[in-house]
Amino acid sequence: MFLQQLINGVALGSTYALIALGYTMVYGIIALINFAHGEIFMAGAFVGLLLAGVFKLNLFLAMAGAMVFSMALGVGVEFIAYRPLRNSSRLSALISAIGVSLFLSTLAMLLFGANARGFPANAFPSRQIQILGAEVSTLQLLIIATSACLMLALELIVKRTRTGKAMRAASEDYTAAALMGINVNFIVSFTFALGSALAAAGGVLVGVLFNSVSFNMGLNAGIKAFAAAVLGGIGSIPGAVLGGLLLGITEVTGVALGYSSWRDAIAFVILVLVLLVRPSGLLGQKMQKKV
Amino acid sequence: MALLELDNVTIRFGGLTAVDGVSFTVQQGEILALIGPNGAGKSTLFNMVTGIYRPTSGQIRFRGMRLAGSAPHRAALCGIGRTFQNIRLFQSQSVLHNVLTGAHLRGRWGLTGALLPFLPAVQREEGRLLEHAVHCLGRVNLATKAYEAAGSLSYGEQRRLEIARALALSPALLLLDEPAAGMNPNEKQTLLEMVRAIRDSGITVLLVEHDMRFVMGISDRIVVLDHGVAIAEGVPDEVRTNPQVIAAYLGTGGDGHA
Amino acid sequence: MLIDPYIQQILVTIGIGIILAQGLNIITGLTGQLSLGHAAFMSIGAFSGALLTIKAGLPFPLVVLAGGMTAAVAAVLVGWPILRLTGDYLAICTLGFAEIVKVVFLNLDITNRAFGLTVPPPATSVPLPLTVLASALLVSLASQSIRCSRFGRALMAIRDDEIAAAAAGIDVARHKVRAFGVSAFMAGVGGCLYAHVLGYINPSDFGFLKSVDMLAMVVLGGLGSVPGAVLGAAFLGAAPELLRFMASYRMLVYGAMLVALMVFRPDGLLGGINLWDFALRRLGRTSQRTRGEN
Repeated sequence: MFLQQLINGVALGSTYALIALGYTMVYGIIALINFAHGEIFMAGAFVGLLLAGVFKLNLFLAMAGAMVFSMALGVGVEFIAYRPLRNSSRLSALISAIGVSLFLSTLAMLLFGANARGFPANAFPSRQIQILGAEVSTLQLLIIATSACLMLALELIVKRTRTGKAMRAASEDYTAAALMGINVNFIVSFTFALGSALAAAGGVLVGVLFNSVSFNMGLNAGIKAFAAAVLGGIGSIPGAVLGGLLLGITEVTGVALGYSSWRDAIAFVILVLVLLVRPSGLLGQKMQKKV
Repeated sequence: MALLELDNVTIRFGGLTAVDGVSFTVQQGEILALIGPNGAGKSTLFNMVTGIYRPTSGQIRFRGMRLAGSAPHRAALCGIGRTFQNIRLFQSQSVLHNVLTGAHLRGRWGLTGALLPFLPAVQREEGRLLEHAVHCLGRVNLATKAYEAAGSLSYGEQRRLEIARALALSPALLLLDEPAAGMNPNEKQTLLEMVRAIRDSGITVLLVEHDMRFVMGISDRIVVLDHGVAIAEGVPDEVRTNPQVIAAYLGTGGDGHA
Repeated sequence: MLIDPYIQQILVTIGIGIILAQGLNIITGLTGQLSLGHAAFMSIGAFSGALLTIKAGLPFPLVVLAGGMTAAVAAVLVGWPILRLTGDYLAICTLGFAEIVKVVFLNLDITNRAFGLTVPPPATSVPLPLTVLASALLVSLASQSIRCSRFGRALMAIRDDEIAAAAAGIDVARHKVRAFGVSAFMAGVGGCLYAHVLGYINPSDFGFLKSVDMLAMVVLGGLGSVPGAVLGAAFLGAAPELLRFMASYRMLVYGAMLVALMVFRPDGLLGGINLWDFALRRLGRTSQRTRGEN
């Protein structure tokens, strides 16, 4: 029973973590809450659905296609809606981000209709299997395994490549990185691309998990993932993963205890409490007020 | 009489000790300058006096009352006005509006007054505040620019506006953080006379300044900080010839102009 | 009423919009604290007002005031802890708070859970549209008056620079909470009127999109501008009616508009922050120019 819930929680939590990574990386570099990130996730889910449903692609190919599309979308959004505001107030950038979010979700509604759509049944033939007495679906294992692989890939990119090194430098000190000759505009685009790709993968996985893709799935998932990022410590990549998993497990436990109608409040209560008690999150760094 | 007393004040940021056991007093009615090379901890001291930073240890007393660690607006409430090294004006507002805001503590009507602006008492207060603000602008020769946007003023004018805003709260002690920075020699001379006039009106002045000619010309006493430690204290002539002070300045590349 | 019912309905929508926009403008426009959860205060006002009408049958003006007060009290209670946060953190926290309020109302028996409440006509002889428009006028006047007061100057100082505001002796935390309270009061009044105008309310009506609706009005008119809030509410209230085709595109247009405004005209359509200040500044500049020529 416990293991059962734990696996359910980790499967849900790893999708939150995939989305949370995008928030945390972007925030780490340009200190912006990319409000449209949830919509990038939603767009990824739709593209995956199209590729798997209409073009009958294999789920992994569909996911790869969705990731490529969302990368382009994320980079485009940054270029149009955030880059011109790089030197404006944070309020302006946040409002612009909210605008993008509204625009994309409404566009999706106009294109795909207001009703949720499901993946074709044969997209991923899921089976139930027994592990140490727990009923686990192969779909959940797929989600956990895929997320783990993607996070490992991210870890390698951030830690081992030149661009990853530049990313970390820019998140340490944006101005200093620019002065050291790092092309920060490229780094910001690269960060958006990485984050968006992960969100798209998360979108496809969530779409298959709940067998439902809808125009308004981005808002809720986005805010929950943001809560996860804050819980782990915004700006911290391991923090986002930890926060996502913790949030997933908490939600699943809450539902198992019979609080399903309060489910959506769980993430927000965690979010508000973390912000109030320890705004730097579990793994984040404290910041010194500058005068 | 000692107006402001710093007693063994220390502050650490992480592993860095920015100010280390500094003690000195500011006497009622004097102009005391705080000098020292960049990074000596001068602005940090100001920020501790005004409650922005809380000292790790030590006491700060103003008129004998403990000040260290209380909320930033408390310092103003006690009668300490200040300006900022990197100008912090209300950029979107007019010059007059900035000074009116500075006179906040001279008013009493809050939300009730805001909702009942037609009450004679409220109108009298607004009139009083306006008069006071204009008077303060006059003291720094900015009365003619009252309706300009604060952000459109020249650098030197913005520094003077900061002084006017600080004067508007009728402080007993005025902290000036590099008031002459970025001013030309003429402006500096005018500023010198302005600060003297402010002192002569009964306001004690504590200032941080890099321009040695300005400091030597205006200060009654000088405290020298180096690497967070007070290394000398005295009248300008004593400080000028103090070997430790000379070493501190020359040792760091001599950014002073003495 | 002499006015055509259709026009009346638009006017009422605009009137409520004005009240909500003025409310949000106090905290976000004047004080510079972005709230993405004002729908929560609107719903608190709506439900408390509706319940007072249903259960107690109180006179309508009292109901409206009580709706506003309940929202204000809630704002002050949550404001003390959360207003310590700044910028994006505050915005997200208010959003989270609003979602929590929504879920709570969806789970309470007294608010009839997810079924929502049917609100009977208010106990008053004054026509509702008149009450709405009069309230909108009162709230706008109050906003303008706040903007020009010592209290309002303190709020704008906090918006421009909190550290400098504190150095002028302004108790930043206290003023933020007060502004939040006033702002929520207006949202509560707007919500209460909304409940009685519509005759039916559901917790799901007060979601994130409602908060964005208010934000769009304030941003369009220009953050911090009182006539701007009226203009923004009037424009966005009338636009879907005037441009029928916009109905399903409304949020699309909002979204594009928010981005475009931030990129091209961050101060809103009116540009200047205050017409009166602007006029004064013009005068000042002219007089100076004349002096220069002399």
